[in-house]
Parts: sequence; C-alpha cells; structure tokens
Amino acid sequence: MAERTLYNKIWDKHQVKKLESGLTQVLIGLHILHEVTSPQAFAMVRENNATVAFPKRTFATLDHVIPTDNIKRPFADCQAELMAKTLEKNCQEFGITYFGPKTGKQGVIHIVMPEQGLIQPGMTIACGDSHTSTHGAFGSLAFGIGSTEVRNVLETQTLALSPLKVRHLVINGELRAGVTAKDVILKIISCLGVKGGLGYAYEYDGTTIENMSMDQRMTICNMSIEGGARIGYINPDKKTYEYLKGREYAPDMKIFEKAQKYWDFIKSDPDAVYDDQYFLDAATIAPMVTWGINPAQAIGISDRLPKLSDLHGDDKKAAEEAYSYMQLQPGDPIEGTPINVAFIGSCTNGRINDLREAANILKGRKVSDKLRLVIVVPGSQEIKKQAEAESLDKIFQAAGAEWREPGCSMCLAMNPDKLIGNEISASSSNRNFKGRQGSPDGRTLLMSAGMVAATTIEGKVTDVRKYL
Amino acid sequence: MKNLERRIIAGHGVPLRGDAIDTDQIMPARYMTDITFDKMGEHLFYDARHHKTDSLKKHPLNEPKYDSATIMVVQKNFGCGSSREHAPQSILRAGFKAIIGESFAEIFAGNCKALGIPTVCLSNTNIDNILTLVESTPNMELIIDLENKKLIIDNQELDIDIQDERQKAFLKGTWDELAILKENEQKINNTIKNLPYFNGFK
Repeated sequence: MAERTLYNKIWDKHQVKKLESGLTQVLIGLHILHEVTSPQAFAMVRENNATVAFPKRTFATLDHVIPTDNIKRPFADCQAELMAKTLEKNCQEFGITYFGPKTGKQGVIHIVMPEQGLIQPGMTIACGDSHTSTHGAFGSLAFGIGSTEVRNVLETQTLALSPLKVRHLVINGELRAGVTAKDVILKIISCLGVKGGLGYAYEYDGTTIENMSMDQRMTICNMSIEGGARIGYINPDKKTYEYLKGREYAPDMKIFEKAQKYWDFIKSDPDAVYDDQYFLDAATIAPMVTWGINPAQAIGISDRLPKLSDLHGDDKKAAEEAYSYMQLQPGDPIEGTPINVAFIGSCTNGRINDLREAANILKGRKVSDKLRLVIVVPGSQEIKKQAEAESLDKIFQAAGAEWREPGCSMCLAMNPDKLIGNEISASSSNRNFKGRQGSPDGRTLLMSAGMVAATTIEGKVTDVRKYL
Repeated sequence: MKNLERRIIAGHGVPLRGDAIDTDQIMPARYMTDITFDKMGEHLFYDARHHKTDSLKKHPLNEPKYDSATIMVVQKNFGCGSSREHAPQSILRAGFKAIIGESFAEIFAGNCKALGIPTVCLSNTNIDNILTLVESTPNMELIIDLENKKLIIDNQELDIDIQDERQKAFLKGTWDELAILKENEQKINNTIKNLPYFNGFK
C-alpha cells in the first residue's frame, strides 16, 4: 500500500475508528449539498428524529435543475421549483448556509465552493455528486457519495470507508498551443480506460500540472471519476495558497501562515511510496475529441476513428456499440463531423479561463447558422459577473451564441436545456453517455471549451489551432 | 425487527450484457426531479426499455421469461458515472436483491451496500457462463453464499469475490452503518481536536 502520500496523511488525520467490519470511520471536514441528492437524505434525518451534527461545516447551492434562461420564481418546471423549495427549507431549518441565486454566489456546486474559499488543502470533502473529485485540485480528499451516505454525514459528519490505493500520474513537459487541461485528462482516460482507476486515488504530478492554473487543475481532478478513480488530487503549492488568499471562507491573513503549516505538512513526501505509476509526455497531446459513448473513446483532432480490425476484446465490443449509437463510421476523420448544438459550461469547463479561451476564438467571428443552439453557461454568478466585466458576454452574443445564467444546464439536462432527437452536440462537459444531454438518442462529442468554440464557427468539428 | 442479515441470496437471474453500463442508463436524469425515491422502481433502465412513444424495446427486463428474476447478472464496470443513488434505489424497488458481475464502479457498489444489495464479482469466464446459462434457462436458480464466498448454479460451485469489510457487514446485518457511526461520538470529538482546520488553526 501507498505510504507518506497526501492521501495517506489526510486519511490518517481523519480516522475516527477502525470499525468491527474492517471499514474505517472517517471524519468529513466539509459537506456540500445540492438539490438532487440531498432531499431524500434530509427526509431520512427527519424520519430518525435526528439533526444535522455540523451545520457550519455544511454548505449548499442550487445547480442541477435551475433554468438558465429565466430564473424568476416560481420556475416554469414545477418539479424544479419543488426541488429548490425543498433545499431552501432544509437549509433554513437545519442552519446550513445556502448560496442561492439571491446571494450572488450561486452556481455549479464544484465551481462555487472553491470560489468561496471553502475548499482547502488537507480536508476531507464529501458531496452527493461524483464530480466532487474536482476539489482534489486543492490537495484535499474529495469524493462523491450516495444519498444514504449524505444522511450519514448529515447526522454524524463521518462515513465508513475502505482505503484506496494511490496511483502516481506524472505528466511532464509543455503543452502545445491550443492544448488544455481538458485534453490532458481526456488523453489520460483514453490511455488508462474508464475502469483503469477502480480502487485508486489518482495523484497528478509533474511539471505540466505544476504549470497549470487552479482552474485547469480543477478540470483535471474533475474528470478523475470518468477514469474510474473516485478521488483525484494535486499536492498544494504556492498557486493553491495564492488562490485562497482573501476568499471569504479561507483562513484570514492573521492565521494564514498557521494554516499553511498544516497544508505543507499534508503534501506527499518526496520519498512517498505509490501503488502504481504512470507517465505521460505533455508534448505528445493534441486537442482531444470523444467519438463514442464513454469518455475513454477519445482521439486527437487529426486522428481517424479507430477501425474495428485494430481493436480487440472489450474495446472492440464497446466501439461497435458506440458506432451504432453515434452513427459514425470507423476510419473516418473526426474533424469535419457536423454538429447541431454546442454547449460551453459545466463543472469541468465552466470557469472564467474556459470562457476566456472560448471568447478568444469567437471574437469577431460568427457561429454557423446551421446550428440550432449555441449556449454559453457561466459556472457561477461570480464568473458571470467577471465575464461581463471583461465583455466576454458581448463577444459571445455578437458571435450569435446565447449568454445564459449559471447552472449545470446541458451537462446532464435536468433543466430545460436539452438535445432534441438524435442531435449531436459539441460539449465542454464531462460525460458522453447515451442520452446524457436530455434526449434518449442525443449524441455528445466532448472537447475543450476552445474546441467547442472553434467547432461552432464551422458547424462541424474543427481544430481550435486554426483559429488561435 | 426486519432481519438485516444477508447470508444466502437465492433467486433467478436476468442477464444484462454490456460493459460500463452507467447510472445515466440505469436512471435517466429526467426522472430524478422527484424529491423521494418512492417511484424510482418504475423508471429502471427507462430509455433502454422504451421507445420514445413509450412502447417497449427489446430488453431483458421487458421479457416475461425474466419476470421472476431477483438477481442481475452484469459484466464490467457496472454503475459507472454519476453517484446518483437513484440508480440502486430503482434496482431495489424493482425487486432485485443482489447483482453479480465482473466489476462494479465504486460509488455505485457503495450505494448498493448502503441499501443492503450485495454486488458480487466473478471471473470473466464464470460471468460468461452464467449469462449463457441464465439466457438458455431463465428459471435456473442462482444461490449466492456470502459466508463461504461461493455462487452455486447448475450444480457448480463458483468462487465469488467481495470486499471482506462488505462481506462482514452483510453477514452481520450492519450494512447500514448509521447506528455504528453514531456510537463513536467521543472518538469523533477526539479526531476533531487534532485537526487544525476544525479549530480555526489556533
């Protein structure tokens, strides 16, 4: 088993008790909630006549069902309205801080919580959402749980867990122009597969990761779960600390140095032992696009779709299923594939750097009139404000894209933003599963925000590097 | 008191072929706008089972011959993707007691455990054989013996794999850990005392 890694150190610090079953009771430092996976848990708490043990370590926002066009209450969808109301009531009744639309802090939970300075190194963080892995970017152990476990955290602030193995992923070298964090993580998943990370926490390391901004690091950790790893993390460094300084819920400057001592302590030691290692040369990565129905089915923009004769076993079976669903042909180039809809946003790529990247491509250009819908959905109200201060909204609108209100939107289409029929979308989100974007036969091509932007100009999958 | 122990689970199987069947397929997101899990059983694999007109597609869960099934037989990385407990809730509420497969996504397997549904692993060859057997003889009985880590089918005894901790929890009936977690309040407070960030870094 791994030793002296950040994973081991945080695990040790948070162990409450080794349970008779062999599981370990682990303390959760921060519990974050959204409207879809928490109401059932609150109902269970009430049924047990129990209460929330640590409401001050619990924060909530509304993101999955919120519309992005008109957020006037009541919402047009009465189920969405009910979910919002239920969350509001639960937060109020149990004394939980709620970042609703009126606070100016609402947005996609995995964007809002870091923004507020709540996500800090050395924490354990749980949320009823698989993309909680995002927060590993700050050097925390953050992972998704189900609603029954949400209840456990609400009532006890602990969970019963078994330890994971730790894989050291070392990515060195400089990224080529037009290549982003999204391309790096898609490349990793395409190499290690969607179940490659089962049983592992991923520690991302190397000069490429060091050179990334916090926004980019979050993109990397966010998609760990798509590679099967429930946890992905990056050791905290100066950039992490700089990011945190001055944020509302981060330690204030009087105690920042003390906090930093703890944060420095939990970093992986130089002689840490890992269960497994993986190396990747950043210079070999091209802008990536998925062509199938899982995120590992991804290729470089200049590559051709894999021929079935080149694939074997499970990969071949998965490809056959993907080709039949996606209506794409083996051996064809991915570049030039026509699309109908484009989505820029999500907890993967809805941050300010993603919006800048996309705006940079669309500045002075027009989206193709062949597209039914092009939406840009900022990750949070704060990002929206920042983007508008930089006039990015004007760039998107002038190009013919819609500038929307923050939320999860078409990443999983629990709100009105959906594909229709078998439309094909270029999407900066994280999952290309069958039916993911709201239509049972809708099709999704995952790519970076810049790639989506370039693709909207031509109405077909386009190499972002043409427009840099 | 309900008996929470899970020692022997016996029943008929339903074959669900395919790797990386994600929780979006098990429970499409549009059915998650309910604030309770009560109706989740109705939406199990909805899009895989229904045409847009709501007429039925060809799917094992639509075939009368598998109506009596209480054990799902799956392949690799079943339940990957979203952490939504709506997926295992729908499986439970549709009457399933256990899932056997080659491998399971972790959050999904944990959610199943919390609901008392064992997820049990067998080798690729054994799963292939079981799928074939169940398809040819739907009323073939599968017996999962969690205590001895065996699956009995067609007079064969096959090895099964399940995390020791989970096996214990099922045998003892402690798969819902809430009561156990609540016992250790003092220890929780001790852990908190030693965590700088819980104490304002004082």
